[in-house]
Amino acid sequence: MSRTSPPPAAPTAAQGAPAAVPPGQRPPSLGSSSGKLPRWAPGAAVGLAVLLAVALTATGTSPVLAAVVGAAVATLLLVGVSRAVEGSRRATDRLVTCLVTIAFAGALAPLVSLLWTVVDRGLRRLDGEFLTFSMLGVVGEGGGAYHAMMGTLIITLIATLISVPIGVMTAIYLVEYGGGKLARWITFLVDVMTGIPSIVAGLFAIAFFTLVLDEPGVRMGVIGSVALSVLMIPIVVRSVEEMLKIVPAELREASYALGVPKWLTIVKVVLPTAASGIASGITIAIARVIGETAPLLVTVGITTGLNLNPLDGRMATLPVYAYYQFTQPGVPAEAAIDRAWTAALLLIIIVMLLNVVARVVARALAPKGAR
Amino acid sequence: MSAPVATAARPTGARRRPGDTAFSGAAAGSAVLILLVLAGVALFLLVQAFPAITAPADEVPGGEGLAVYVVPLLFGTVLSSLVALLVAAPFAVGIALFTSHYAPRRLSQALGYVVDLLAAVPSIVFGLWGVFVLAPTLQPAYAWLAENVGWIPFFAGPASATGRTIFTASLVLAVMILPIVTALSREVFLQTPRLHEEAALALGATRWEMIRYAVIPYGRSGVISASMLGLGRALGETMAVALVLSGSAVGITFNLISSGNPTTIAANIALQFPEATGLDVNTLIATGLVLFVVTFAVNFVARAVVNRRKDFSGAAG
Repeated sequence: MSRTSPPPAAPTAAQGAPAAVPPGQRPPSLGSSSGKLPRWAPGAAVGLAVLLAVALTATGTSPVLAAVVGAAVATLLLVGVSRAVEGSRRATDRLVTCLVTIAFAGALAPLVSLLWTVVDRGLRRLDGEFLTFSMLGVVGEGGGAYHAMMGTLIITLIATLISVPIGVMTAIYLVEYGGGKLARWITFLVDVMTGIPSIVAGLFAIAFFTLVLDEPGVRMGVIGSVALSVLMIPIVVRSVEEMLKIVPAELREASYALGVPKWLTIVKVVLPTAASGIASGITIAIARVIGETAPLLVTVGITTGLNLNPLDGRMATLPVYAYYQFTQPGVPAEAAIDRAWTAALLLIIIVMLLNVVARVVARALAPKGAR
Repeated sequence: MSAPVATAARPTGARRRPGDTAFSGAAAGSAVLILLVLAGVALFLLVQAFPAITAPADEVPGGEGLAVYVVPLLFGTVLSSLVALLVAAPFAVGIALFTSHYAPRRLSQALGYVVDLLAAVPSIVFGLWGVFVLAPTLQPAYAWLAENVGWIPFFAGPASATGRTIFTASLVLAVMILPIVTALSREVFLQTPRLHEEAALALGATRWEMIRYAVIPYGRSGVISASMLGLGRALGETMAVALVLSGSAVGITFNLISSGNPTTIAANIALQFPEATGLDVNTLIATGLVLFVVTFAVNFVARAVVNRRKDFSGAAG
């Protein structure tokens, strides 16, 4: 924390490495004289871990426990053999390699489990009825999320219309006009703003509108849009700022040399050059907020029927729909919980699609020489 | 934080055109608007929380005043976030090292995308997954812990029958903050000067010794601030906790695995706000203000550390 100059890292590296082999001890066992495990040893350890895990699962142990036991046994075996053959330094190196690899595999497990569960449970109700019907008058089975999909679409669209102009103009200010203390503070506070909890953004929007409209308990689609904008603007600013920074200064200078005013240079030269990056940044920002539940829960609420007017009362949105289908399922509960999973699956599909679109746009329209 | 690209290119001596004035005015206006929004968040929360702050103690929900209402929630928020961070940080450092120093370059990029996928999953989906998959999977482990190591206060039991405990919620939070901690840690590990690494290897260090003496000292402050940003996320995360715990609040307890759990500020707001009226609304907004102040402070410090680091590595460049 208190480190402000580079030297500390260098001495640590220089003094540290030799210190690992104190002079008094026997020579390090890394030379050609000592043994070395064959190249296939790590592969064999992985194979052993998988075999052991599969065997344990087949005999009725829970898969999670089986995987842990398999990984632990294989690691201990590899490190033990390595210690006997190659010496303790090599063994420590192998132990860390094992741990790091296990950490990675361990982090993949929730992702795989989550995606598999959502697809498996979500597909049960992903049908025509789900996509074209609302919940109006539906008790028990059947019904759909058409109203929630339209609500999500409208609210996110308005949030985008609010966030993009403000975000892009702020980024232009920071890159093209800024440079003083104000710009530095804004950059910093935008970073801090990315950490505002989504529920606080929702509370801010509802507090603001309650006060302005003087109407306790007010719920409107546009309040949700404002809440989402608070979350979206910093993301847009950050990504557009990065894109404007990589526009070569020569382009601007060439434009000025031709007598083009600064603002026209920005509009006609800088923005088109960065267009692909800006578009992909905005798409990512949309993907980030479209799945937000908490701010919409407190600002927009839920309805059973279709409401297309964001200025008039409650609207349904996909994440809040999933939340209420789960927390207030009614009878039979199973039907509502299936609907919750299908809404979750739809959300994941939308978010993934937006991410893919962003990546494709960025790659297809990338300016030449920018990377 | 580097100097803007275009300031050097500003045309000197040209007369100020009205288009320029309007455009730069609009740009500066947007930038200032962001500051106003940030100030507005604090201001409007404060205004709406005010009735609860000044209300007599027996009218606040719980009947013993605002402080008594907020403290258990704050406790649950901090407890669950710290447990999440303790679980996530070692994994994040491991994954960051794996992708920066162990995996082949081409593979590591693909792996980066995979970890980013975790960040793209909406929190409501994490919540459902926590309730339907993670909780039942962990329940036998809770039963075992309560039976065998129940003398540790964290595992005092009796074990929850559903597995929907504050520990389950913390694990879901850990998975959710993993991407941001990993991404930032990986970035600082990759910035380690190549010369330091090669010098260590040339002295005969194994890969681990090289990482231990060259990479980790260089990246330590970055990892700390990445963890704090992760902590900030965990403090404010709402839906996953709300779904996993859904209304089993018992106030302050260190027991991580029973059916009665401390709950968090954010989850409490999500569960209570839709039905709340009158002073309850003001009270919930007051708790939201507390959450805002805490997360703002954590993020502020973390970003300040990141920025100082960025300046320093740029200077060393």
